[in-house]
Amino acid sequence: MDFNDTKEEADFREEVKTWLKENASKGEKVGGRYDAIDVQEDALSRARDWQAKKAEAGYAAITWPEEFGGLGGTAIQSVIYSQEEAKYNVPTGFFEIGLGMCIPTMMAWATKEQNERFVKPALYGEEVWCQLFSEPSAGSDVAGVRTKAEKDGDDWIINGQKVWTSGAHFSDFGIIVVRTDPNVAKHKGLSFFFLDMKSEGIEVKPIRQLSGGANFNEVFFTDVRVPDSQRLGDVGQGWKVALTTLMNERLAIGVPKSADYSSLTRAAKEVDLNDQPAIKNDLVRSKIADWYIQAEGLKYTKMRTLTALSKGETPGPESSIGKIVSAPKMQDLASFAMDLQGAAGIINDSEIALLHSIFQSQWLSAAGYRIAGGTDEILRNIVAERVLGLPQDVRVDKAVPFNELPSGR
Amino acid sequence: MNFDFSEDQKMLKEQVSKFLSDNCSLDVARDILESDKTYSEEVWRGLVDLGLTGTAIPEEYGGLGLGALELCVVAEELGRAAAPVPFSSSVYLGTEAIVKYGTDSQKEKWLPKLAVGELISTFALPETNSEPTEKNIKTTFSNGKINGRKIPVADGSCSDIAIVVVKNTDNDHIALTIVDLTSENVKRNQISTLDPSRDHAEIIFENSDAELMDTGDEGWGAIENILNSAAVLMAFEQIGGAEASLNMAKDYALDRYAFGRQIGSYQAIKHKLADMYVKIELARSNSYYGAMMLNDGGADLKIAAAASRVAATDAYNFAAQESIQTHGGIGFTWEADTQFFYRRSQVLGLALGSSITWKNKLVNQLEEKNIS
Repeated sequence: MDFNDTKEEADFREEVKTWLKENASKGEKVGGRYDAIDVQEDALSRARDWQAKKAEAGYAAITWPEEFGGLGGTAIQSVIYSQEEAKYNVPTGFFEIGLGMCIPTMMAWATKEQNERFVKPALYGEEVWCQLFSEPSAGSDVAGVRTKAEKDGDDWIINGQKVWTSGAHFSDFGIIVVRTDPNVAKHKGLSFFFLDMKSEGIEVKPIRQLSGGANFNEVFFTDVRVPDSQRLGDVGQGWKVALTTLMNERLAIGVPKSADYSSLTRAAKEVDLNDQPAIKNDLVRSKIADWYIQAEGLKYTKMRTLTALSKGETPGPESSIGKIVSAPKMQDLASFAMDLQGAAGIINDSEIALLHSIFQSQWLSAAGYRIAGGTDEILRNIVAERVLGLPQDVRVDKAVPFNELPSGR
Repeated sequence: MNFDFSEDQKMLKEQVSKFLSDNCSLDVARDILESDKTYSEEVWRGLVDLGLTGTAIPEEYGGLGLGALELCVVAEELGRAAAPVPFSSSVYLGTEAIVKYGTDSQKEKWLPKLAVGELISTFALPETNSEPTEKNIKTTFSNGKINGRKIPVADGSCSDIAIVVVKNTDNDHIALTIVDLTSENVKRNQISTLDPSRDHAEIIFENSDAELMDTGDEGWGAIENILNSAAVLMAFEQIGGAEASLNMAKDYALDRYAFGRQIGSYQAIKHKLADMYVKIELARSNSYYGAMMLNDGGADLKIAAAASRVAATDAYNFAAQESIQTHGGIGFTWEADTQFFYRRSQVLGLALGSSITWKNKLVNQLEEKNIS
C-alpha cells in the first residue's frame, strides 16, 4: 500500500506542473463564488482567458475524446491535473456545469453538426452553459417539472419557471427538461431541449439565499420559441436524456473545503470552558475525534477511489458516501464550535468573532449544502437502492397521467 | 496511487472466507454459546492448518513471515463469521507481543509452538472496573514471580500462556511477563460475559513463575504499542462483523413484508441501512490507513490506530444494534443469529479499551502533531 504515482502518473504530473508553472497565475483568486446580484464581468473575462489557455493545452477536458478537443486521457490524469491546478489561484466556477453536465449531454444526444458548433466554444470558455431542471414544485422529484413546451409548426413554445439555476445570468445557452405531454405518466411526458439563453421571453432573477449570498437564479419562460431541431432525444424521451445529465451531476457535486476538526481543535484551544481551555474537556475531545474519523474516512475513501481509477477500474460504490457525511458534518461541527463560545457564538462579525466567524458563516451556508445536488435523504435512498439493492419506495405517480396527480402548493 | 490490498492478499482473504463459510457457520458459534466449550477446536485446527496462526511470525521461528496486511484480511473474515476462536488473543496480542518484546530465547521457546497452534496465548491487562493505566496496575513482578488478579482476560481459560502486564517492584516500571497458565500457582475461573461464544476468565496469580520480557525502557509505551497494533487488526475484525450485520439486515428487509410491501422499501429502513453502510465505509477507509501505517511502521501509526478503532467500534456497535431493530421481534429471540454480532460488537469494542479512551488518545496525537 502506498500513495505514490505510477511511473506514467508521475510523468504526467511533471508535465502538468511544468505547464502550470509557465502559465498559471499565483495572484489573487477570482471567480469561484460568483454572485448573481453583483455580476463580476471582469471575473468572467479572466476566467474565459484561463479556460482558453487550458483548452489550447488540452487540459480543459482531459478525459474527452480528441475529436471533441479533449486529451483522450484517463480519469486519474484528470485528477492529477486538478490536484496540481488547485495549488494555483486560477479562476474557477464558471464552466464546471457546462463542461461537467451540459456538454456531455450534448455529446451523447446532439447531432454531429450541433456538437461541431457548440462543444469547442464551450471548451474554450467562449460560451457558458447552464442547466435548467429544478422547478418550484420539482426539486428532489425533478421529473415532476411543470414548465411546458407546446408544438407550433417547426418550433416549440415554452412557458413556465425554473429555479436554482447556477450561472443563468451569464450563460449563453442552457439545457432544459420540459413537459410536452401532461396526459401521460410523469416520466413519459417529458422532452429535452437546448436553447439560447438570450431568446426573447426569458427573464433571469437572482435568488437571495438564507446565507445572504446569491449564487442561483430563477428563470422565467414566457412564450419562448425553440426550434424542434434543438430537441435532444425523441419527444417523450426527455427523462432518459436527463439521466445522462444527472449521472454527471452526481460526480460533480461535492462540498467546498470547510472548517474541520483542525479548526475546531484550534478554537477549543483558544476558548475556555469552566476556566480551562475547552480542549481539556472530554466531551469536546470526543466530538473532535468523531469529526476526525469522518474527515479522514472521506479522505481515505477518496484514496480508494483514486486507486481504482489508477488501475483503470470502475470505483466501488463507497465513493457515494461523500456528501452524506460532509454536508451534515459542516453544519454539526459549526454548530458545536459556536456552542463552545457561549453567548458570543451568535456574533457573525468577522472582525470580532472567533477565527473570523468561520463557524458562523459555515453554519449558515451548510443548510444549503445538505440540499444542493441531492438532499441528505435522496442520497440515502440512492445508497439504499443502488448500492444495497433495496426496492424503490411504492410510487403512486407511476401509472397515473401527470395531470391527474394530486399536487400541493 | 495504490491504496488497496494486493492480489495475493485478496486471494488469501478469499481462501479464509471459503474455509470459514464451509466450516464456521453461525451454528458453530451457537454451539460454543450454548455449551461449556471455550472455543471451536475444529475451526481453530483448520485455521492452524492454513498456517494463519503463524502469518506474521518470522520464518526463522516457524511462521510464514508475512506482514500486517495479511493479518488484516484474515481478521476481517474472522469477524464476518463471528468465529468462536481465540485468534485475536493469541495472534494479534500474545504472539505480536512476543515478536515485539520477547528475548531471543523467549522467541525460540514460544513462537514455533504458537506458529503451529500447539499453544494458545493471550494478553492479560485489565484488573478492575476502571480502564487500565500506567498508575493503576497492581499485579506485581519480583524475583521471577508475579502476584495479582487479572479480569477479564479474553480466552483466559483456553490459553496456555499469557503475556501479563505487571509492575516490576524492583524498579517500579511497568513491564511485560510471560506466564505459563497451566502451572499450579495460577488459578483460573471462567466468567460470564455478554458474549459466551468467546471465552473470558478471571486469572489469579499467587507467586506464579513468570519470565520477564525485554521492553527496554519503554515501560507503559510498550503496552500502548501492542494495543495500537491490535487495534488496527481488531478494527478489521469489527468491520467484518459490521458488514455481516448489515447483510443480515438487508436480506431480512428484502424478505419481510409489512403493510403489504417489503419493509426494505420504507425509507425509515432504507436510511438506517444506508447509515450502516456509511459508517462501515468510513471505518474501512480509516482502517486501510491504519493497516498501511502498521505494515510500514509509519510515524502515523498511533493516530491511525486510534482512528481505525474509534471508527470500527462505532460502525460495528451501530450495525449490530440496528440489525436487530430491522429484524423486529424475531431479532430479539434466542433462535435468531443477530445476537452473535450484537454480543461480539461489545466484546470487541471494549476488549482493547473503551471508545472514550481511544478518542482521548486520538486527540492527544492531534495535539502532539499540533495539527491545527
